[in-house]
Amino acid sequence: MREALDQWHFVVAAYVVGIIGTLAMVGWSWLSMRRAEKRREKVRRK
Amino acid sequence: MIMHIFANPKRFLGLATWLTPLLLVVGLVLTAGALTYGLFFAPADRLMGDTVRILYIHVPSAWLGMGGWTTIAIASLVELVWRHPLATIAARAAALPGAVFTAICLITGSIWGRPTWGTWWVWDGRLTSMLILLFLYFGYIALAGAVNREGASSRIPAIFGIVGAINIPIINRSVVWWNSLHQPPSITMGKSAIDPAFLWPLLIAMLGFSCIFGGVILARMRAILADIQTEARLRRKALSA
Repeated sequence: MREALDQWHFVVAAYVVGIIGTLAMVGWSWLSMRRAEKRREKVRRK
Repeated sequence: MIMHIFANPKRFLGLATWLTPLLLVVGLVLTAGALTYGLFFAPADRLMGDTVRILYIHVPSAWLGMGGWTTIAIASLVELVWRHPLATIAARAAALPGAVFTAICLITGSIWGRPTWGTWWVWDGRLTSMLILLFLYFGYIALAGAVNREGASSRIPAIFGIVGAINIPIINRSVVWWNSLHQPPSITMGKSAIDPAFLWPLLIAMLGFSCIFGGVILARMRAILADIQTEARLRRKALSA
């Protein structure tokens, strides 16, 4: 029983690392793209 | 050739504008489904127990860590041979997701190794060559940044990208060439040693993560392209003022 509980700690830790890493990368890439395109439009309109 | 069609940034943006969110949404949905199945519904392995569930994160991230550098190498080759204007941008854009997935692969592999092998880390061929890949990404990102700042030739990171590709077959064959705690390849061309109960969610996770990877590359390309166009316009305005 204790062994099974220990295994789940490792599984959850791996999923947390994978999910947070992926979502942070997607969020940062999306926001930096939007920011760069907004800046381009602003400069174009000037 | 099809790649010359997208030499025009306007044509590329016309495609990337709808393809970026589509790839990201499809990727996130597929990945969420595969990971939920892997975490709660997939069976435990006879030998590894529940730790086998780490497979659904570890294998796609390893695949995309290597895929990122392969993208850099191909784009660098296209840049050097055909001087395709978007190849440099594509190579730069692939570096971040490649590095992130390599880091995820190393961390989740280490987490998996502790209950399975009894150690967080061993200096064997597979783990060491994967760590070298992460350092190559850091080197490439630093080099590309320095080239942008100093205005040096973009050929320098391109050559680095092609030379660094020597590490990809080494990673792939490392478990065959050297003794390793890491298991040998389970999926090869057209063959799989994995039971279908594990294989299908794994393939869906790989497809989902690959769509996310493609979406992030397109988003990074759009950001880099927008920055270049902004800088060019500001420079033109400064010259005409």
